[in-house]
Amino acid sequence: MTATEARGAGRVPAQIVDMSWDPITRIIGNLGIYTKIDFANREVVECHSTSSLFRGYSVFMKGKDPRDAGFITSRICGICGDNHTTCSNYAQQMAYGIKPPPLAEHITNLGEAAEYMFDHTIFQDNLVFVDFCEAMVKATNPSVLARAENTPAPRAHLHGKRTIADIMRAFNPFEGDIYKQALKISRTTREMFCLMEGRHVHPSTLYPGGVGTMPQPTTFTDYLSRLINIIDFIKQAVALNDDVFDFFYQALPGYEEVGRRRTLLACWGAFQNPDACDYRYQTMNDWGQKMYVTPGIIVDGELVTNNLIDINLGLRILLGSSYYDDWAGQEPLVTHDPLGNPIDIRHPWNQTTVPVPQKRDFTGNYSWVMSPRWLNPQTGDHLALDTGGGPLARLWSTALNGLVDTPYVKATGHSVHITLPKGEKLPETTLEWTIPPWSNTIERDRARPYFIAYAAAMALHFLEQATTLVHAGDTHTFTDFTVPDEAIGCGFHEAVRGVLSHHLVIKDKKIANYHPYPPTPWNASPRDTYGTPGPYEDAVQGQPIFEENGPDDFKGVDIMRTVRSFDPCLPCGVHMYLGNGHTLTTTHTPTYGAS
Amino acid sequence: MTIESGSTTQVTQQPDAAQERAGFDEISILWISEGMSCDGDTVSMTAAGQPAIEDVVLGLIPGLPKVNLYNKVLSPSLGGEDFLAPFRAAARGELTPFILVIEGSIPNQNIIEGGGYWTSFGNDLETGEPLTLNWWIDQLAPKAWAVVAAGTCATYGGIHAMAGNPTGSMGLADYLGWDFKSQGALPVVNVPGCPIQPENFMETLTWVLYHAAGSAPPPPLDHMLRPQWLFGKTVHEGCDRAAYYEQGDFAKDYNSPKCQVKVGCWGPVVNCNVPKRGWMGGLGGCPNVGGICIGCTMPGFPDAFMPFMDEPTGGSLSSVLIRPYGAFIRRMRGITSMAVNQEPKWRHNRPELTSGYDPYWRA
Repeated sequence: MTATEARGAGRVPAQIVDMSWDPITRIIGNLGIYTKIDFANREVVECHSTSSLFRGYSVFMKGKDPRDAGFITSRICGICGDNHTTCSNYAQQMAYGIKPPPLAEHITNLGEAAEYMFDHTIFQDNLVFVDFCEAMVKATNPSVLARAENTPAPRAHLHGKRTIADIMRAFNPFEGDIYKQALKISRTTREMFCLMEGRHVHPSTLYPGGVGTMPQPTTFTDYLSRLINIIDFIKQAVALNDDVFDFFYQALPGYEEVGRRRTLLACWGAFQNPDACDYRYQTMNDWGQKMYVTPGIIVDGELVTNNLIDINLGLRILLGSSYYDDWAGQEPLVTHDPLGNPIDIRHPWNQTTVPVPQKRDFTGNYSWVMSPRWLNPQTGDHLALDTGGGPLARLWSTALNGLVDTPYVKATGHSVHITLPKGEKLPETTLEWTIPPWSNTIERDRARPYFIAYAAAMALHFLEQATTLVHAGDTHTFTDFTVPDEAIGCGFHEAVRGVLSHHLVIKDKKIANYHPYPPTPWNASPRDTYGTPGPYEDAVQGQPIFEENGPDDFKGVDIMRTVRSFDPCLPCGVHMYLGNGHTLTTTHTPTYGAS
Repeated sequence: MTIESGSTTQVTQQPDAAQERAGFDEISILWISEGMSCDGDTVSMTAAGQPAIEDVVLGLIPGLPKVNLYNKVLSPSLGGEDFLAPFRAAARGELTPFILVIEGSIPNQNIIEGGGYWTSFGNDLETGEPLTLNWWIDQLAPKAWAVVAAGTCATYGGIHAMAGNPTGSMGLADYLGWDFKSQGALPVVNVPGCPIQPENFMETLTWVLYHAAGSAPPPPLDHMLRPQWLFGKTVHEGCDRAAYYEQGDFAKDYNSPKCQVKVGCWGPVVNCNVPKRGWMGGLGGCPNVGGICIGCTMPGFPDAFMPFMDEPTGGSLSSVLIRPYGAFIRRMRGITSMAVNQEPKWRHNRPELTSGYDPYWRA
């Protein structure tokens, strides 16, 4: 299951040091990464990822009015709360048997597009890029910085930074000009968000059945004018990121192995097409494939399925190394889906969350995150899918499916074309994101600015659709409904950092069960029942170390880059603590060393 | 909870004379978001442009002390001990003065048997076991020059303290005691909001920093320790749709621009300035842009306001009473409106002047 394969010859006796980082900074939530590093062979030999926060949404939502679910689940996450509200509304719309008016879908899509642009910008430029900034590279790889000073930036004509080191300086926290500009852009995009969804983080105008947003011409003009003002920043961000990431591959041969794991990517799809989507479970496969980001599960480069019904049926929540009691002996709440397919007791519809606080034990239970897995019907494997930090899986799945075809975004089967209009400084530009050879740290990070461009381009499409409706006088945004006595529903969406599903069971008009599965439990999960490590653990475990510092002043920047490339966000599920690097064992270990 | 303690009123009635204290030239902000939180208050804070966090950190606001911000999300450090160093120094009493900002509700550790924890922030250096949020608050709050609770979770418990929660969560003043006083003689400064409205928080923090500089009295707080100038009025009093209420004209569903009281809005009784101030930079908000007010700044949030999409209990009587009055007012205004929606009859292009012009007019 893991990507990690023993590296070959040329090994020297291992010198293993315990290293941990808890809390990890520049992420949202409580994440700890605990590693054993072989300094003699410069690689990570073991990794455990732990989340130290439990709040209990699926516990305290029981018995509540189902209509409250979107308002409550927004509070799961302080950066992508709207993704939760949106996903919750999708699940409720299925349960209530309703379809929002088309304008409401466009407004929701515009809000979500602004959210992707905001969140990816602030995360990439103000949080991730600090690991690649001049101050950090100087502290971890001074020779690389020296080379960067003398390496001209190939895309200087687009972004105006002469050398790679000039780009790195522009990302120095609180002082670099790109760092500061990104904070400002993240405000503009949040304003765009507020125009559609009222408030950021927790939106005020989203309801099951549609939106309350007042669909005046001004609403869309205010959004469009802001979008056009940041369009050149987006083009430049892609160029700046490409320059730095290409440089890393050149300056540090073998860097593609950092954070590399088997290609096991999951995308649940985003941006509903109101012409296709009726929220019925029975037709979910049809309208799922019409989404403007195509769902898909990709294993070793092959598309296993893009069928949301298959995706739903294969979901399994394993316990393994987390602090919960099992529910396997209980009566299932849902035995069959609306098509008559059997539903497993380990499926979210049947899950019961019973927290058992206990001591942390890395040989036993060590995390508040459970282990979501996907049962591959072809192989019987419980796959530890990851989201590639969100954009990698979204672009990969959309490209491979080849289904999206709009005036601004086209999927080709191996790439995605994204066209952005003329801006103040730069002409109309078509960017092409091509499926990369690896699922690794740099490609996860590189996909992010491309997806900002994707979201901006799709926003233009949604704006055109929405204003056409408004100009024609169709300003309906909400469909009324009554809550049925009994129903089930599921919502599939993409939170900024990847797959998001909500599963809802209603009995006596109340919530009988509610389980949200955000991306981070997928990415940050601990070892499951079968001993399979979660994606962070798998990506870090076995990765080479390029940092020039030794154990005494080790910073762990390569490990941090890997963890942050997944865009960790553990309010929905996670801490790195840098121990003072005491030597744990210095030994000839047959497993690790070639003695 | 003793909401009538009155101690906070005294703070506002008898402010420190600013001249008596020289104030600090430099102060640290130790921000812990490891409460039961979604980190949404930190994220929201970065949305503020009035003032922006980078302007405060870079010293661009005249009259503030130099600020050293330690916040996990914005920290340039790699994390771990590197990030925890100032927190550990403050716990040992070696870093003063500092403002402690807590984000997230405070879980009850006392209901856990054995060595478990609901949330932790770093590890015990001796045992390697997780250090709980509660341990940090116990260490840091008594040494802090000021304590600020960011967001409704930290102020009053919020969503994670709702009925049926397994963690026994509560707000910071519930945990420290409502009569708590920091080293700077301030009670807990509560900035509620789920999340904080960005400018509400940065403005309050800036006032606390002016006070730290010795150039301002303490911020005036109400009996629930909220800044008075931000939470002294209701949503309704600042709402674009309040006039519809007055005319008894209510939205029947969320397609309507009219007053949303009948479809679940709690604006008439909720202390919050968002409809007036907007969500950020004057944009967005709640009922003014089509969202019902769910009372997210309030101590009773969320339980007292659920289910959110139904008319508030108690609201039906007042909205029934206002109906005949509102209908009458609406009709009267309709008549007046017809008159003022017409131009006076002397505006025409006939070959005569009928405006009443008289060059030699005298009273």
